[in-house]
Amino acid sequence: MSIARSDDTLHLEADVLIIGGGLAGTWAAAAARRTGASVILADKGYCGTSGVTATAGPGHWWIPPDPPELRETAIRNRQKTGFGINDPQWMSRVLQKTWESLPTLSGHYDFSKDETGATRYRELRGPEYLKALRQIIDSLGVTVLDHCPALELLQRADGTVSGARGIRRQKGGDWQVKAGAVVLATGGTAFLSHLLGSHTNTGDGYLMAAEAGAELSGMEFTNYYTVALAGTNMTRSMSYAFATYYDEDGNRLPIPPGPDIIRPLAAAMLKGKVFCDLARTPDDIRAKVPIISPNFMLPFRRWGINPYRDKFEVTMHGEGTVRGIGGLRVVSRDCSTSVPGLFAAGDAATRELVAGAISGGGNVNSAWAVSSGQWAGEGATRFAARQRSRDDGQPIGQAGIRPASHHAVDLKATLSIIQNEMLSYDKNIFRTGDKLLRSGELLGDVWSVFHAHALGSGDTRLRTRETAAMLATARWSAASALARDESRGMHQRDDRPETDARFDHRIVVGGLDKVWTATDLAPPLELAS
Amino acid sequence: MIELILEDRCAACNKCVEVCPTNVLEIVPDGIPRIAHQGDCETCFMCELYCPHDAIYVGPDCEKPEPVDAQAILASGLLGEFRRNHGWDEWAGDPRYTNEHWQMENVFLRARGAPKPAGA
Repeated sequence: MSIARSDDTLHLEADVLIIGGGLAGTWAAAAARRTGASVILADKGYCGTSGVTATAGPGHWWIPPDPPELRETAIRNRQKTGFGINDPQWMSRVLQKTWESLPTLSGHYDFSKDETGATRYRELRGPEYLKALRQIIDSLGVTVLDHCPALELLQRADGTVSGARGIRRQKGGDWQVKAGAVVLATGGTAFLSHLLGSHTNTGDGYLMAAEAGAELSGMEFTNYYTVALAGTNMTRSMSYAFATYYDEDGNRLPIPPGPDIIRPLAAAMLKGKVFCDLARTPDDIRAKVPIISPNFMLPFRRWGINPYRDKFEVTMHGEGTVRGIGGLRVVSRDCSTSVPGLFAAGDAATRELVAGAISGGGNVNSAWAVSSGQWAGEGATRFAARQRSRDDGQPIGQAGIRPASHHAVDLKATLSIIQNEMLSYDKNIFRTGDKLLRSGELLGDVWSVFHAHALGSGDTRLRTRETAAMLATARWSAASALARDESRGMHQRDDRPETDARFDHRIVVGGLDKVWTATDLAPPLELAS
Repeated sequence: MIELILEDRCAACNKCVEVCPTNVLEIVPDGIPRIAHQGDCETCFMCELYCPHDAIYVGPDCEKPEPVDAQAILASGLLGEFRRNHGWDEWAGDPRYTNEHWQMENVFLRARGAPKPAGA
């Protein structure tokens, strides 16, 4: 393998550049290519295994179109559970787009048939799903750059985004792509919490977009957690539907069944170790688990634990904006951000429009990724076709790339502060205004030093930039959670236990040196086509 | 995290180097891939799944290395279990390993109707 000199930069050009090759990015690439664009997709890792879908198995939000009452009811119910900050028109669009899209994977994904002989389009197993999407974009002629993390966007003087640049971490040197439009499909971030499959997702797209002038929305909804066998990252949740939880003395914990286990489990974990068994799982399901979720049993088998018999210690890993729902604010039906030429899809975008104030879970979030990915890919293609400027633009990355003056900054210590503020149960689940104010101040102080002095070089270039992105994301999250001076959905403020009609709206956040929040009072998007 | 690449089984196809999302492995000329950055491993098991020779062992601990004995792992029967349960490569079409992921929703529904733990 030839190693290019470190000052070598691979220069490429395409109509559309997609950053991120997970669920949303691959759907975006396919859609852009099918609408006639030349497409480059750059993935931090390998397009096919990167991101949180590849290790999971999403069951998309999936409601048949007939009779129409089915979708109307589903949308109405979701508005209630989403506490009214989601939008019925977006929900309707997502349901329809998902319904039309999944069957198009036939020939690349081997869909299962259920006991009635019906094809099951809704639930797709992660590794096979991403493998199929990779095959599709390869066959469509998308140029895929594996192991090519993006570090920064390129922007013209008129504000339009004109491409991006990053690192070729296996082949050596850098890459730079000049593009007519850019889709950010960089995923959310769980702040490197050990959430399964999330370690490529460090919020890079949020930071890159904010540097170009974009804002975010829903960043207060970052406190969903998922149970795992302690010491492991195996956050596959299906089997825990049969869990019974115990304290250190073996007393059964009164954890209600259903999705509202996070606060009671966190309260118990703050007091001491929490144990679990899956003894209530019926025998026929036990036998099927390895071919439903093949990774779930791996840690148990390897540590010689029988989860159906033995009590084992559990932990919870924070999901940040992964099963949380905040992200870049989209301002049009084709998922453009407020920066011309810059589009957002999947977990890089806010999912409030569909999910509301509660977690989108695997269903809503994956339906959103499929839909927003394609809308963004098509929108980027149209934007690129109108773009006439010959100007290449300039790289605009700041924190970790272009400090005012370079002094050593401790990346591990910075990450540990971010994680302590963003993941600890005490601060992030049992929120209060005082705690959030202190988090915001501390993170702001850390940002000032980091922004002024951090400079990645060699092997630390990527991690420095990732740390900057997580730090910025943490600040937006703390500021938004403070601004939402009430409790709503997953955002529970112990000092403001009631839901307050004054906050029946989305909260927008942005800013790098100085973080700001604002009420999203924009009327519903004009969705009539 | 990744603990072993078994020299006896590895064919040096370097597929694991390509598919590792966090770039843990490195190609070695005339040799088997090297675990170059174990600390960057995110314990996603993707290298095991994509290894047609069942030559890789990933330990469950996602926080720290947990060295294992190669002979014990070879004897354990754990190698290749993940790829087999996925029904990949030579296991494709084997009715024991049919993808039943679609049952996930049914399992959740069954759980809602499952007996409550004693005393609930």
